Amino acid sequence: MTIKSTFVAGAVFATMSAFSVQAADVVKIGFIDPLSGPFASTGTNGLAQYQFAAEELVNKKGGILDGVKFEIVPYDNKISPKESLVQLKRAIGEDVHYIVQGNSSGVANALTDAIKKHNRRNPDSRVLFLNYSAVDPALTNEKCNYWHFRFDANADIKMNALTEVIKVRDDIKKVYLIGQDYSFGKAVAKAAVTFLKQKRPDITIVGNELHPIGKVKDFTPYATKIRASGADAVITGNWGADMVGLGKAIGDTGLDIPIYTYYAANDGITKTIGEGGKDKIRLVHEGPVNPPSTPEYSAYHTAFKAKFPEKDVSQFRIANVIGMLAAAMEKAGSTKPIDVAAQLEGMEFTTLHGENVVMRAEDHQLIQPIHVSVHTNEGITFDSDNSGYGMKTEMSVAAADTALPTTCKMKRPK
Amino acid sequence: MFELLFFSLLNGVVTGLLLFMLASGLTLIFSMMGVLNFAHASFYMLGAYFAYTISTYVGFWPGLILAPILVGLVGAVVERYGLRHVHRWGHVAELIFTFGLAFLIEEVVQFIWGKDTKAYQEPEVLQFALFNFFGQDFPAYKAFMLLISISIFVVLLLILTKSRIGLIIQAAITHPNMTAMLGHNVPLVFMGVFGVGAALAGVAGVIAGPALGTFPGMAVVLGPIVFVIVVVGGLGSLVGAFVASLLIGLLQTFAIALDYSVNDLLMLFNITTDADSALRDLWTLSLPQIAPLLPYLLLVLILIFRPTGLFGKRET
Repeated sequence: MTIKSTFVAGAVFATMSAFSVQAADVVKIGFIDPLSGPFASTGTNGLAQYQFAAEELVNKKGGILDGVKFEIVPYDNKISPKESLVQLKRAIGEDVHYIVQGNSSGVANALTDAIKKHNRRNPDSRVLFLNYSAVDPALTNEKCNYWHFRFDANADIKMNALTEVIKVRDDIKKVYLIGQDYSFGKAVAKAAVTFLKQKRPDITIVGNELHPIGKVKDFTPYATKIRASGADAVITGNWGADMVGLGKAIGDTGLDIPIYTYYAANDGITKTIGEGGKDKIRLVHEGPVNPPSTPEYSAYHTAFKAKFPEKDVSQFRIANVIGMLAAAMEKAGSTKPIDVAAQLEGMEFTTLHGENVVMRAEDHQLIQPIHVSVHTNEGITFDSDNSGYGMKTEMSVAAADTALPTTCKMKRPK
Repeated sequence: MFELLFFSLLNGVVTGLLLFMLASGLTLIFSMMGVLNFAHASFYMLGAYFAYTISTYVGFWPGLILAPILVGLVGAVVERYGLRHVHRWGHVAELIFTFGLAFLIEEVVQFIWGKDTKAYQEPEVLQFALFNFFGQDFPAYKAFMLLISISIFVVLLLILTKSRIGLIIQAAITHPNMTAMLGHNVPLVFMGVFGVGAALAGVAGVIAGPALGTFPGMAVVLGPIVFVIVVVGGLGSLVGAFVASLLIGLLQTFAIALDYSVNDLLMLFNITTDADSALRDLWTLSLPQIAPLLPYLLLVLILIFRPTGLFGKRET
């Protein structure tokens, strides 16, 4: 009996040390996002961009800290918060200490709570949450926590930038708001009303409409309504098929007004909207694609297209997540989450686009330049969906001008 | 206001007629075979995807002919080698079979064509505004959709009421056993009707794909509403399906167009509401917000007050 348990103990010890050797050489990054179901295309495209960024920005250069490599481990959450928590447990069990997630703020809210709890209970195996797309403002305001870092601009920041553009367009007098009937759609509408009132009190909001998410088969009645309202501009947070339908329907009515959007590009949307949305659809985003910014970015984009000809660098912030994580580890001289978090907080970083960004220490919101681009086929170097159409930067808002005050009162670990 | 009403009327008719193409096949299949075909909208999706692929090689027009034929063949094969075997185990088994089939088709479509929205476009000859009214364009393609759906309605009606095949089908709807006794090959009629029904759904997909988007969720978006039409119109009644389709199409379009709230309704009766009341969410509820719900409300009301549907002869 004793002999047997000694053997077992020995075996366990051997396995553990084998693991720790491996753990020192590889930083596992758990990617928790939908890889099946209706939103799978966004998820799989994001995964490809992570794998590419890790390979290109870290592993090809010999890794960090003398040979530590990044490994992206995919976990399918089917965009369900419940499933995400199961996958988080699994990831932690598989020795993953860095979690990246982006699709759906509902999922992000569940993850940030779970990770906060986990870190309080298990100070020896802490986890960092690098949020690359979930834009609910609450995550860096009332719900902020030390272990969560957001690399995308939140919905309010994006609306702030968008309204900066509308501010200088005197021809816009009437704005129509339309969105999907759920938390994000409502947040966009609320932010639009607030900022427009502040910046352009003379603008009337001629429509503030929410439609069921993913259930509208034909957007023509909405387009007719927008047309009849006499709007000079439309603002929408729609994404996926709802964005395509709305964009197409407005195009069909022959209405020639700007449509300001959050997500009207890539994943088949650019190609489907095509000619009908030319010079109409505008997108608020980070990372200016056209005209090309720097040779570094052009090389990155070209290499990505060579590896994934069917996909696009649709979420440039993913390169920032990987780049900043690697830089923080180098600076900390460690891959331990607690050391890395201390470095990430307040970190200044220069992106591949040559832009200076800062991870604001108060709330862990990345403050970065925001661009508003137009959907066109003229002057496009890097197109989307291989369609010839792409996003051309029309206006940029400097990082400092996008920053909004936060209500975050962060508790830091002692 | 007149502009809004005019275009809502047009849009409603276009939507209604598109729904009719799906409902016509479904109502025939439902009434003949007693099968609530959950996969019917999936045939609509297949039509759009087939036509998309064909259009990338030889253009839109061959797709308009070929895709529905292909979908019809798929439908006939499903009936012959799937449904007919399952039929033995009763209606519940058939129901579950078509339910599973709907999921299967959706997964297969995603497997072959991927999850992104496909850039299936209108043919270039139809990419112009037919007329401009109050500064709003009416796309020629919408008019083309109207034309196709109306011609299909007329042809179907003629076949069903004037031809010999139509007589046999009508007989098989009400008295399948008697029709078989008289020496008609009822299983063949079933297969034919299922195939033609699928093909009609395919046509709807081919012409709706460019207008409403070609994506893996397109069947789910349209599926439930078609059942509402079949029940509201009455089983096996082509005229009923036609009227119900237009009704639902117009109902949905106008509900979105007209911004009336519960508050406005109460104002009519001189009842004023308190803006700070706990029930204010109810009073600010507007017609566009409940628009998606209206067809189902109609379904429930019809089932309570007129279970045969508007034009049906048999109880659902």
